[in-house]
Amino acid sequence: MTEAYIYDAVRTPRGKGRKDGSLHEVSSLSLSTTVLNALKERNNLEGHAVEDVIWGNVTQVKENGGCLARTAVLASDLDERIPGLAINRFCASGMEAVNIAANQVKGGAGKAYIAGGVEAMSRVPMGSDGAAMAVDPSIAMDMYFVPQGISADIIATEYGFTRDQADQLAVESQRRAAAAWEDNRFNKSIVAVKDVNGLTILDEDEYMRPGTDMQSLGGLKPAFKEQGEVMPGFDKLALMKYPHLEKINHIHHAGNSSGIVDGSAGVLVGNKEFGEEYGLKPRAVIRQTAKIGLDPTIMLTGPVPATQKILQDSGMAISDIDLFEVNEAFASVVLRFQQAFGVDPELINVNGGSIAMGHPLGATGAIIIGTLLDELERQDKEVGLATLCIASGMGAATIIERV
Amino acid sequence: MTDFTMNVGDNGVAIITWDVADKSMNVLRQESFGELEALIDEVLGNESIKGAVITSGKDTFAGGMDLNTLGTIRENAGDEPAKALFDFTMMGHTFLRKIERAGMDPKTNKGAKPIAAALPGTALGIGLELPLATHRIFAADNPKAKIGLPEIMVGIFPGMGGTTRFVRKMGFMAASQYLLQGKMVDPKKAKAAGIIDEVVADPVAAATEWVLCASDADLVKPWDAKGYKMPGGDPYHPQGFMTYVGASAMVNANTWGVYPAAKALLSACYEGALVPFDTALKIEARWFTNVLMNPSSSAMIQSLFINKEALEKGANRPDVPDQTVRKVGVLGAGMMGAGIALVSAQAGMDVVLIDTNQEAADRGKAYTEAHLDKGMKRGKVTAEKKEAMLGRITATTDLNTLSDVDLIIEAVFEDVGVKAEMTKKVEAIIPEDAIFASNTSTLPITGLAEASVRKDQFIGIHFFSPVEKMALVEIIKGQDTGPRAVAKALDYVRQIRKTPIVVNDERFFYANRCIIPYINEGVMMAGEGVGLPLLDHAAQLLGFPVGPIQLVDETSMDLGAKIAKATMAAMGDAYPKSIADDVTFWMVDEGRLGRKAKAGFFDYDEKGKRLGYWEGFNQKFTKLEDQPELIEVQHRLIFSQVLEAVRALEAGVLEDIREGDVGAILGWGFMPWSGGPFSWLDIVGAPWAAERCDELTAKFGDRFTCPPLLREMAEKGQSFYGRFGPQAEKAA
Repeated sequence: MTEAYIYDAVRTPRGKGRKDGSLHEVSSLSLSTTVLNALKERNNLEGHAVEDVIWGNVTQVKENGGCLARTAVLASDLDERIPGLAINRFCASGMEAVNIAANQVKGGAGKAYIAGGVEAMSRVPMGSDGAAMAVDPSIAMDMYFVPQGISADIIATEYGFTRDQADQLAVESQRRAAAAWEDNRFNKSIVAVKDVNGLTILDEDEYMRPGTDMQSLGGLKPAFKEQGEVMPGFDKLALMKYPHLEKINHIHHAGNSSGIVDGSAGVLVGNKEFGEEYGLKPRAVIRQTAKIGLDPTIMLTGPVPATQKILQDSGMAISDIDLFEVNEAFASVVLRFQQAFGVDPELINVNGGSIAMGHPLGATGAIIIGTLLDELERQDKEVGLATLCIASGMGAATIIERV
Repeated sequence: MTDFTMNVGDNGVAIITWDVADKSMNVLRQESFGELEALIDEVLGNESIKGAVITSGKDTFAGGMDLNTLGTIRENAGDEPAKALFDFTMMGHTFLRKIERAGMDPKTNKGAKPIAAALPGTALGIGLELPLATHRIFAADNPKAKIGLPEIMVGIFPGMGGTTRFVRKMGFMAASQYLLQGKMVDPKKAKAAGIIDEVVADPVAAATEWVLCASDADLVKPWDAKGYKMPGGDPYHPQGFMTYVGASAMVNANTWGVYPAAKALLSACYEGALVPFDTALKIEARWFTNVLMNPSSSAMIQSLFINKEALEKGANRPDVPDQTVRKVGVLGAGMMGAGIALVSAQAGMDVVLIDTNQEAADRGKAYTEAHLDKGMKRGKVTAEKKEAMLGRITATTDLNTLSDVDLIIEAVFEDVGVKAEMTKKVEAIIPEDAIFASNTSTLPITGLAEASVRKDQFIGIHFFSPVEKMALVEIIKGQDTGPRAVAKALDYVRQIRKTPIVVNDERFFYANRCIIPYINEGVMMAGEGVGLPLLDHAAQLLGFPVGPIQLVDETSMDLGAKIAKATMAAMGDAYPKSIADDVTFWMVDEGRLGRKAKAGFFDYDEKGKRLGYWEGFNQKFTKLEDQPELIEVQHRLIFSQVLEAVRALEAGVLEDIREGDVGAILGWGFMPWSGGPFSWLDIVGAPWAAERCDELTAKFGDRFTCPPLLREMAEKGQSFYGRFGPQAEKAA
């Protein structure tokens, strides 16, 4: 069978997703072309080198609308014969782009793909594309729709995670991210964002708060308590769906939830012949991909069933995996993953995660695949698994293996 | 039949008067649509007519749709009831739209004839939806008039354009209190809210004047004008988005998701807000039809509207001359007696409130005073009214003051001996034709009547607590109770504006007979190790106002123990001992008596506010590792009550299933969406219910044994309303 290999993976640094964030002045298009051009240049992708650019983005309106993937190809240095496909699987969009690309390659539909995604959360805010899931009563009521923060707190309540556990995980994420930057561990994949004149706008993650400790987090108020208990009372919906619970324990706040940031990432996926043709050395094979749906109210436990599925489909055991990237959408998501599989926390998110560095929705899935690969190489380990929870109750996962 | 008549004045204004001959308030019937449409066609077609004013020949405008109409359409539609209801609704929309456009040129919005509505008083439901389609609404300055769209209260929603027009007039946020809660307001408030346009002394004159002066621009509705923007934004406008997200969540949370009408209404609002007006009407009609086709809505209309009204109007009153109560003697000024005194005085009766010492009697009267003070604070009670009402209550210890009462309601300590003594003493004083009623909730009436020398004048009138809030009164006939006593009790209940059911005398009568097994089943499951939150939530998710565990804390554990002991004594060896008894007696021993002890299944703070479930309970009764499915818990809770209702019917305690249904909803909040236990059984069907009984019996015991009547009906494929309903009686 044809194998799909990762030849390269790059990402922009993540800018604070606010008006005073460094990347607020940079369009989604420009963030995208930064990544596309870097991949072209680093891998000499002249001419009709890849079959397609599959590009994830979660808010496909305004500057993200009108098939940003194709627009980005045309705005980049890539050949115009390369089309572009815009996709949306919420927080796993970047991963899904890579997974689709891998499976296209495995199935013989072209030799290579660029896959990744972008989110300029400071410019096109979350939710600005609307969502029937939240607002159309015919689905919102039947599904007991609650905002994600409530879902994260439902996980904490259902599986018994405390505020302290969540805060400890956050402190550790900050510590690891700071250490990773200190140790230049992201150097292989970071591409600075530059202006039209070649002047650097941002060349490192700016959301991090090194030195965060339990005390500094302890002062933060639960972020979703009011949504849950007062207006308009989403906790009640959670209890309707989970009637065995007495009340929802609100443990999440800005410090133990993922950060709102701007950023983009891309992965170059191709078959063996592609590497030979372009003189590239494959870094890893994409062993298996998986996606799954689950109860949309608790919503964010997807990494567990997605991992169970990917292990089953690949005939592997959890012990076969050397390192994990579990997107830190909320602390309870990672805590639940650890609890379900009994994995050593030292093996999960070795260089920190979205709590410390931020979660640019459409890009994160591609970012963590790249981070996982870099770390496998650094530690000289073989097999890695990346997984994300996804809005509306989904999960996705990818297993890569160094070659 | 002529419901609408038209008179064209010399000024060229047609006055259309709505006056349904055989009704005190106008209701719209299916046939009268055509009648009104013919008149509107005449107005629009006749060149000498300048415009029209639609008004009423009564002091109110209209009470709404004749709710029987919808049932009739559904029943007469054969295989396609949905199509018949949709077509009927669309016909209504088309007709109302004809009034609204009134011959207007679709391109220029010019050339229409002005049509105004003049409301002398109350305008509800279709009685407001019709005026909403006119160009201007004038209402008389009548503070007693109610204006609104209360359809949601009977399980449907405004389906003749009221939903679509309200949302477009004032925005979804402002409209929701009227549409979702059925809020009704007086004309001045209706004007302030933008529902109507003018409040005047003489609405017909003002409307006529306006019709004569109206310009083309005055006749164009905002939603028909160019550049219309929905107030508050549509669902994908940032502001509107938050409103609609919040509305779904709030309605779901507040209703526990059990009312199909609320869901359908929200969908009609949401989907309608995304399309032009005429398309929105079509969507409204589709959801309206959907609700009408939902068995829950017909069950709710049947129980909460048609049958409730029939019972209030004396459907089961014996043919005895008027028994209106003039003066009532209330024995015992405790919580129940004080409440009974309050509602009686409120209804204009003179009240003698008796207790053994003056202080207690005064405390009972003070209850009414406190209630009135609350009303005054809210501006609902005047100083004069307060004085008059308090003046009607005499608080005393002197039994001789009862010499001219025509009704006694006894609410003394629940003890046969105490009650017998009071009965004897009081009967010696009261007039010979006075009726003696006991407000006992647990003691058989026939037994209490033993103490009476006039057993045919002895009856049970069982109130629910708190008396002034609870709408149901259970009237109990003892073995020897005569028809005049029943008529007296019914006339009294009519006076205090509550809903009566009349039942025969057996242990716990009807309501408590059904509530006790419900509580018991909950306590039993708690003892088995089912999680306490699951038990309460399971009930609330069925539409019960409180779950069984919370209910125990409210009614108190020692009451439960008392009932259990009394039942054990009465039944002897036949008493089905269960883990519920272990839980009850253990809780009493632990002093966990409920809210009154600030300790029960819940912990409470100093002020008696519920904090959370008491952790100590599951230390004694260990929580099951594998919790049961929600649906199983729910079926145990439902069947424990419903089977008891069927047994009450079998035993003749209930003589009319309408009373069983209405009584269950009003008495203990039995799943209102279902229409009551018998309506629920008709919805799920006797065969399914009988089968489920067998499964529950096999798993949980004989208390779920299918009653023979239900088994027979399952075998014959019968429904309760088919066999026992008022229609069935007529047919027989």
